[in-house]
Amino acid sequence: MTALLELDHVCKKFHGNTVLDNVSLSVSKGEIVTLIGPNGSGKSTLMRIALGLEKPDQGRVQRQPKLRIGYMPQKVNVEATMPLTVKRFLELRPKTRLDGIKRRLDEVRGGHLLDKPFRTLSGGEMQRVLLARAILGDPDFLVLDEPVQGVDIVGQEELYELIGNIRDRHQCGVLMVSHDLHLVMAQTDHVLCLNKHVCCHGAPDKIIEHPDYLSLFGASSQNIAVYSHHHDHHHDAAGQVIPGEHTEHCRHD
Amino acid sequence: MIEQFIIYAIIAGLCVAIPAGPMGTILVWQRMAFFGDALSHTALLGVVLGVITGLNIDITVIVICFVVASLLVFLGHRDSLSTDTVLGISSHATLAFGLIALSVTTAGQTDLYGLLFGDILSVQIEELYWLAGGGVLMLLALALLWKSILMVIINEDLAQVDGVYVLIAKLTFMGLMALIVSMAMKVVGVMLITALLIIPAATARRLSRSPEQMAAFASFTGAVAVLLGISASYLWDWPAGPAIVAMATGAFTVSLLIPLRH
Repeated sequence: MTALLELDHVCKKFHGNTVLDNVSLSVSKGEIVTLIGPNGSGKSTLMRIALGLEKPDQGRVQRQPKLRIGYMPQKVNVEATMPLTVKRFLELRPKTRLDGIKRRLDEVRGGHLLDKPFRTLSGGEMQRVLLARAILGDPDFLVLDEPVQGVDIVGQEELYELIGNIRDRHQCGVLMVSHDLHLVMAQTDHVLCLNKHVCCHGAPDKIIEHPDYLSLFGASSQNIAVYSHHHDHHHDAAGQVIPGEHTEHCRHD
Repeated sequence: MIEQFIIYAIIAGLCVAIPAGPMGTILVWQRMAFFGDALSHTALLGVVLGVITGLNIDITVIVICFVVASLLVFLGHRDSLSTDTVLGISSHATLAFGLIALSVTTAGQTDLYGLLFGDILSVQIEELYWLAGGGVLMLLALALLWKSILMVIINEDLAQVDGVYVLIAKLTFMGLMALIVSMAMKVVGVMLITALLIIPAATARRLSRSPEQMAAFASFTGAVAVLLGISASYLWDWPAGPAIVAMATGAFTVSLLIPLRH
């Protein structure tokens, strides 16, 4: 297998604080790699380095030449003041045509959302639209940041299944950031457990038994049937998800 | 027979109100009303700089506004203070320092009222060329960068991954803000620039189904406010700048009666 993306001994500091320490990672064609880790473990920074939005202080980043990247962000900032339909939102992507938009929306079972106002989308619909947008450019490499956040358990399973289908159909490599391993399991080939450094990595069924994983995520994760919920965001009064890496709230777990 | 200065005033008003439509909608989408205030008050410092150096005042206003806009956007974020506080401070600080500097350097020779609330009825033909050129330039730049600017508002990282030139889009927007401030200063004055940007955009929101429609409706509302405001000024001797803003506010009030479209 040839790697689409390879990070080799990557280090990153912000204001003197080590965020990533000697992290190596590779994603191959057709492979799903999941990054898990607690709040402040450097997941987001690692993802931004993989996307090319951030440069590492040390280490090497190698992308396959002419790699087409599709990115699904955690959140998009569409205020109620902006009248925007799903169609128009997707059209904002450079070099995008309507037939492509319809095809991709159908692929994520969201064809009916085309003319819906963006801000009336439910959590699950929103994630499907963002996923459709990520695959508009027929990417070789997909980066998904918390793709199931704000979605109920049933919807989460459906989304992970969609992601698996997309991988099978497009044979793209997928790098996914997730805060719990439980539901990711079925679709993931390789898990990287991050806490500034790589605590452990390997196949998901090996990882859940790994002592480092257990010490990081607590005993609840020992039983895979238990839904272990590790917050790296919190909710405001309206139930909106607020990414919470910078806030002091919600330090349970 | 309508007098020539009224025709000039209307043309000048339209040259500003039309590009102010899309600019105002962008401000509204980003909750940047305070930013508009901070920037417009900075224009006073630009006037002072022009007076001191003897350079063209339009140019010094644009340069100062562009510098301050960039500083606010790229350095403005501090964890210890929220953005609205930072903008509130800089907005009123530039106003205070601008008024002091103006008073000291020109010893009361400048038309302060005109600077603060606009002097559209005394617009000269050379200024019309300048306003028309600026307006056309702004509309062209906005048309060219519209999608990019929208993408940057929605999600900067996503825009960058998709190959949008984020920095160019942001800097161009700053430049356009500086330009519209320098232009709008002549029409409604430093104190009311934000109103001319925000109120038509807020009015348009309730009528629009797409971002482009909202920008167009905002331009239209602004244009109508200019026509009505200058008419009121001519007929009843209202001050023109405030009259334009009052008419825009009237339009906004009427728009509240219309049910919201998504």
